[in-house]
Amino acid sequence: MLTFSRWAVAAILLPLVLGVLCAVPTFLPEATVAKLPGFMQTRVNLGLDLAGGSHLLLEASTQDVARQRLTNMEEQVRTELRRGDPKIAIGDISSRDGKLSFMVREPSQVDAAVERIRPLTQGAGLTGQRDFNVEVVNSSTIVITPTDAGIKSAVKSAMEVATEVIRKRIDEMGTREPTIQQQGDNRIVVQVPGLQDPRALKDLLGQTAKLEFKLVDLNANPSEVAQGRAPVGSEVLPYPTNPAGPPVIAVKRQVMVSGEDLTDATQGYSQNNEPIVNIRFNGSGGRKFGQVTSQNVNRPFAIILDGKVLSAPNINEPILGGSAQVSGSFTVESANQLAIALRSGKLPVALTVVEERTVGPGLGADSIRAGLIASIIAVVAVAAFMFLSYGRFGIYANIAVAINVLVILGVMGILGATLTLPGIAGFVLTIGTAVDANVLIYERIREERRRGRGVVQAIEFGYKEASRTIFEANVTHAIAGGIMLALGSGPVKGFAIVLLIGIATSVFTAVTFTRLLAARWVRTKRPTEIHI
Amino acid sequence: MKLLKLVPDNTNIGFVAIRNWAFALTALLTVLAVGATAYKGLNLGVDFVGGLMIEAKFPNTVETDKVRATIGKLGVGESSLQQFGDPKTVQIRLPLPEQGGAGAANAVVEKTRKAMTAEFPGVTFSRYDTVSGKVSGELIQNGVLAVMLAIVGIAIFSWFRYEWQFGVSTFVAIVHDVLMTLGFFAITQLEFDLNIIAAVLTIVGYSINDKMVIDDRIRENMRKYRKMDMKALIDLSVNETLPRTVMTSLTVMLALGALLLFGGHVLRGFTAAMMLGIIVGTYSSVYVSSSLLITLGLTPQATEKKATKKGYAGNAERVGPRDDGARP
Repeated sequence: MLTFSRWAVAAILLPLVLGVLCAVPTFLPEATVAKLPGFMQTRVNLGLDLAGGSHLLLEASTQDVARQRLTNMEEQVRTELRRGDPKIAIGDISSRDGKLSFMVREPSQVDAAVERIRPLTQGAGLTGQRDFNVEVVNSSTIVITPTDAGIKSAVKSAMEVATEVIRKRIDEMGTREPTIQQQGDNRIVVQVPGLQDPRALKDLLGQTAKLEFKLVDLNANPSEVAQGRAPVGSEVLPYPTNPAGPPVIAVKRQVMVSGEDLTDATQGYSQNNEPIVNIRFNGSGGRKFGQVTSQNVNRPFAIILDGKVLSAPNINEPILGGSAQVSGSFTVESANQLAIALRSGKLPVALTVVEERTVGPGLGADSIRAGLIASIIAVVAVAAFMFLSYGRFGIYANIAVAINVLVILGVMGILGATLTLPGIAGFVLTIGTAVDANVLIYERIREERRRGRGVVQAIEFGYKEASRTIFEANVTHAIAGGIMLALGSGPVKGFAIVLLIGIATSVFTAVTFTRLLAARWVRTKRPTEIHI
Repeated sequence: MKLLKLVPDNTNIGFVAIRNWAFALTALLTVLAVGATAYKGLNLGVDFVGGLMIEAKFPNTVETDKVRATIGKLGVGESSLQQFGDPKTVQIRLPLPEQGGAGAANAVVEKTRKAMTAEFPGVTFSRYDTVSGKVSGELIQNGVLAVMLAIVGIAIFSWFRYEWQFGVSTFVAIVHDVLMTLGFFAITQLEFDLNIIAAVLTIVGYSINDKMVIDDRIRENMRKYRKMDMKALIDLSVNETLPRTVMTSLTVMLALGALLLFGGHVLRGFTAAMMLGIIVGTYSSVYVSSSLLITLGLTPQATEKKATKKGYAGNAERVGPRDDGARP
């Protein structure tokens, strides 16, 4: 038991040396680390609570997605039935309770209408699952109901697009190393280190950036508009900076040009030196824009962003070049933000921030310093206590703990794990419990000595008997850690990672490594008495 | 050099003899803890109730009344203030605006910032958290689930590994530990947030660690001294493992003490919870879980059956009580 073959010694020492080597880069400046060989470029990442930065959890409303799909469906049904041949006249079209229903005016055409709609309801996937169910009620009314599978796949694809759009937007802001991940069905986690003020980020992510150009309805009665009523074919939209007075305006429902046709957007200045956003349309968008502006010279044209009117300038002359300006009492910052949002595309679904955690870099640095001081004091106190209690063996345990701390850092570096504030706490706790295995062993050796076993036998028995207990105790401890890792979010997870790594490494260093040290001592010195 | 020995050799404390007193005291304390939790409630942080939390650092010591008055004028809801760490740091909690989503929460933060900067020049905001009611509900759910799963998982582990009595006694002792910790938070009104859940799980882990060591020794002794009276056997086992229990608890307390004093204000509640948990956990290992085994009717014969099945009966040493153990 106390004899180790050369191979065994190598097998014990090699992982420890590797672990310690992997911990070294964490203490070196980044520039130095870059020069090290590849396997050593393993730094422990600092969590946002230590590095400073923002964690945002964004949530998309699945109901929104469902509603939007229904609206699209309504549009498609109208187009399909009207433009197709023969034309099928419909009426009473309405979407209520998540269903779309309409009446076919000519009862003989009902079957033909269903046939015509059928292809629209087919899912894009290979499963052949329908996105919508179509049924006929009262012999002339057709009801289209979205299926759960259809909504699910729609949400899924909307989230994929949203994640991509968010990535583009954050990249455009020039922030470093953001983490953007989808979480669950309808959430996205955004983590941006080093960001002190996440306001701009949140504003940017909160924008759907759906841009539309619509004509202002000049026939609307201003007092009725103020009350929220608009003539047929028009709608009332909020217009917070309306120079004419009430913060609402009536616009035609028809979208003349939309943001889909955009190719570029940049922040610029108007002739009056006010910040504006310059936009550029693709070919078809430019043609549409030219056509509409030619036909409506001297009429106001509403620029609408996410359902709010930004401004409604008069069309002074036809705008033919395919580029236009968006004005609307911007600051340089907000114009820039809008430009970014427009460039990166429209979010397929509105996102709200449901959780935010921001830590200033100052507090993070304080926490690191405090954590480091606490760790050092903990190490010194525990080491002194162990030495006083177990003498030479206490030193062995202390060496094991020191290596253990470094190996934990190394393993974290290899795994790319993140060190958070609770992680530091996990560290300090690990220092406290890492000696537990050694305490178990040494107390056992003391016992065996008291029972009268010889030195070598007592050490052997101490290690053997205690190992089983150590294993049992640590397995249960690991169960708690594993549950924390699986279920915990944020801080709990960070703590669990350190705890689990600590359990694994401490058992190895405490049991195997100190046994190696003890065995070496016994073999070279051949002690007749141990002081323990 | 004379080595430090906290527990003298051949210590023989009669833990089991006073077990009924210990049970009564434990039950009383647990009832008090549960009562305090029910009566006073926990001071749940924004993680669990939703809302806004802003941590403000002032250049000088500041009166919370003045801060409260400044925020009170803004009409952003009722603020709750807490001095945090040192007298210059104040944690401000505000309810989340009922509607308006992310924009509205931003606006509240912005409004508060502006008013505070105007009133107290030089103030900095080192941290803010916003958690919506929906997410906070899920966080509670996951936290409670995590703690329960951990307790149940560990109880099942020790039931399969040992006899059912070990599973039950461990389960009872750990539930006790958790309830006492909750009671502590209810009485001190320290903020109870996600970090504390991590602390509670750690307590569970540590406490079970402790109990496993004692349980393992009890099992070992049950195989060794098959004729010994169960009470004496448990006393013997607890006493034998006592030096280790004391040593480990002390080293952990040393480490946590360093964290409490020097680890910064953010982790203070967390560390306090763990320190209390270590004390409670150690107490319950020594006085509750092992004594409970007797009440549950554990006998050496039960072990024998299970041990034979698993095939380690042959390893059982047949030695007498420890003083006439194997001498060379």
